[in-house]
Amino acid sequence: MTVREVVLAPERVLSRPSADVDPCDPSVVGLAADLVATMYAHPGCVGLAAPQVGDGRRVFCLDVTGHPKARTSAGLVVLANPELVSGEGPKVGREGCQSVPDLTGDVARFRRVVVRGAVPGTGELRTYEADAFEARAFQHELDHLAGMLFLDRVAGAHAIFPRKRYL
Amino acid sequence: MTLLAVTVIGVDRPGIIAAVTGALAEVGGNLEDSSMTILGGHFAMSLIVAVDAGEDAVRAALEPVTGALGLAAFVGEVTVEPGHTSTGSPYVVSVHGADRPGIVSRVMGVIASYGGNVSDLTTRLSGDLYVVVADVEVPLEVDIEELRASLAGAADELGVEVTVRAADPDLL
Repeated sequence: MTVREVVLAPERVLSRPSADVDPCDPSVVGLAADLVATMYAHPGCVGLAAPQVGDGRRVFCLDVTGHPKARTSAGLVVLANPELVSGEGPKVGREGCQSVPDLTGDVARFRRVVVRGAVPGTGELRTYEADAFEARAFQHELDHLAGMLFLDRVAGAHAIFPRKRYL
Repeated sequence: MTLLAVTVIGVDRPGIIAAVTGALAEVGGNLEDSSMTILGGHFAMSLIVAVDAGEDAVRAALEPVTGALGLAAFVGEVTVEPGHTSTGSPYVVSVHGADRPGIVSRVMGVIASYGGNVSDLTTRLSGDLYVVVADVEVPLEVDIEELRASLAGAADELGVEVTVRAADPDLL
């Protein structure tokens, strides 16, 4: 389990669709463990997808535990080959990204989602129902695996901002 | 009543808006439209001002303020003819990639060649990452997939990513 360096835009791995994996492949389990370690190593980071550590495989993790905007919280989620099963209720909210550290943007996302994917190691299929901030995190990570950043979804010319830094 | 375009730009500091709009108010100017923001540490004001006093009176009123605050100003009369009227569908065009000269001009050249009208555009530079987000009105007769393909071609040449999305707030 290694804390990996987070890749920053404009690295092109962030704009390429990732490839499906065998969730039981030991290298996939290792990648998942690295993602979790890297996510927890960055304070305030609530999710990380494999392209963000330079790996174009369809694996992500997220954990919105304790986040003030979170309603549902499944704790640590780690999925391979995740799919959006359904989504409803668009809502615009401000997002940032570990790979775009100096900008934030207003992005319309589903308010509630159902996401299904395989657990690395066992391959067990798991389904999550999420709303509010956790739903946003799921969609943000799914986008990474499709080669998209929040920059590709900002609501308009007045919806992109320098990230505020507080001392 | 005269309609004037007034632009003011200078190193950002507190009080620029208060001083500039104060000078305009003193000659009876009314701010009909405005956009003000910080660009690279400079505060930039673009104003449309309705005023009975002429262009020269406004210039004279601004002079002490711009002199004291180290601002560059432009004052020019504009006609009241209505500008471009909306006849298209709203889209948001996002571009991001490694910074290099010519990204905006190349992408906007494609949009212009389809008759697309940009109503708002923001660029951000963050390290090596250059981001452009534009609100674009695309004429109804334009095949949006054709525009998408042309923009994708330009993006490939520039080595950047481009996304075109309908701006309808109900669409995801």
